[in-house]
Amino acid sequence: MRFVINDTDIETDIDPRTSLLDLLREQIGLTGTKKGCNQGACGACTVLVDGERILSCLALAVQYEGRQVTTVEGLADQAGLHPLQKAFIEHDGFQCGYCTPGQLCSAIGMAAELQRGLPSHVTGDLSAMAIRATREELAERMSGNLCRCGAHNGIIDAIDEVFGERRGQQGYDAEMPEKVA
Amino acid sequence: MTPFSFARATDADDALRLASARGGRYLGGGTNLVDLMRETIERPTALIDVTGLSSTIGERDDGGLLIGAAVRNTAVAEHAAVRARYPALARAILSGASGQIRNMATVGGNILQRTRCAYFYDNAGSRCNKRNPGEGCDAIEGFNRMHAILGASPSCVATHPSDMCVALAAFDATAHLLGADGERRLPLTELHHLPNGRPDDETLLKPGELITAVELPAERWFARSTYRKVRDRASYAFALISVAAALKIDGDRISDVRLALGGVAHKPWRAHKAEAALRGAPATAEHFRDAARAELAGAVPLSHNGFKIELAERTIVAVLQELAGEIA
Repeated sequence: MRFVINDTDIETDIDPRTSLLDLLREQIGLTGTKKGCNQGACGACTVLVDGERILSCLALAVQYEGRQVTTVEGLADQAGLHPLQKAFIEHDGFQCGYCTPGQLCSAIGMAAELQRGLPSHVTGDLSAMAIRATREELAERMSGNLCRCGAHNGIIDAIDEVFGERRGQQGYDAEMPEKVA
Repeated sequence: MTPFSFARATDADDALRLASARGGRYLGGGTNLVDLMRETIERPTALIDVTGLSSTIGERDDGGLLIGAAVRNTAVAEHAAVRARYPALARAILSGASGQIRNMATVGGNILQRTRCAYFYDNAGSRCNKRNPGEGCDAIEGFNRMHAILGASPSCVATHPSDMCVALAAFDATAHLLGADGERRLPLTELHHLPNGRPDDETLLKPGELITAVELPAERWFARSTYRKVRDRASYAFALISVAAALKIDGDRISDVRLALGGVAHKPWRAHKAEAALRGAPATAEHFRDAARAELAGAVPLSHNGFKIELAERTIVAVLQELAGEIA
């Protein structure tokens, strides 16, 4: 069975019971993606599939044959860390770091959703085609990623710097980073 | 997880063929079924992946919308016609689960997620009539704060956790089904049934029958609709109470209304009694309260969820006031 993980073709046989998370960690050796609850409650296992964020623990790997999977290992490039990774360091967006790979992948998928105008639970006007990336919007959209160290404020600060509406102001990068997946 | 075979259906007929040959279960995004399989509560011997089936949202000639069963939850909430004409549906979906889960979950899978509670999941330690029919229910005398106040039976007090289905129930949505005997249609309000003596059996679907689409009727006034969810934290939690409502006012009178409740029953609860009390009545808080009380008169609290009755009443009144204010 063929998978495309971080732009690399991988051919491997799998038991249909294998989750995408276990395929990544146990068969391919990409242990950056973390197993937190393994039941869809914590978001630690979030990866991007064709640019969309999903939970790899609830995903049967067989359903993702041939799709483009991006994990935390695929975020940095030759030039260095992804801007969001740098911002997490800058803003203390973690303590133990266990939820961080999921937070990063989730935030990148979330930014793409915001950019294309997907509303959220806190969006006032559903008909608006452009949605302001307020702190409230960012926090709501990141609610599927728990941080038991309580670094949520630093996490949202980091996401706000890179994807929030203050982007472009003093001390903030002007450019939305290119979509990674 | 017990072993199973896996096959990908190319179309609805193929799915039916595969299901009848293998006796399997249909698989959407897997967000509920895979989780239950990991706990060995669900033990299908074959899975038929139906995520390749219809994933389009189409306008019907009569002005209604036809949503393919394989459309992801995110795509429904994002669709311009859903946002403009059925806002309660977009809001209901956006208040459910998390961004990641909404990207995975399909419309068909959301409808057919199991009605469940923590005791259903507690495979090793609790009795559950839904898991093992006839063994008893530990929720009734247990920690039942999240459980049902309407339509429950001594066999089961779990609630159906879908937000999407509450809005679909309010909007008179119809499920399109395909089975061995051909196509048929079932109102969403009738697709799930109350527990009665067999809470393990949750829907009127026949073995092997597949949901192919959900149809929303062309009622222009559904554009005045909303969904409110009350929960223990601001996001990513099941409903204690939720309300989907649409309101039509002519002059100062309510000419039509749709009202459905979530978090209260074994199925999405269409509030027919409250609707009957509201039709023709003045659109005032007093009448909203009377209607809510008419619906909740039959509510039966458990040891830890008595608060839900007043919470439901207040939420119904608040949602109807919000809609009436929008119109005024």
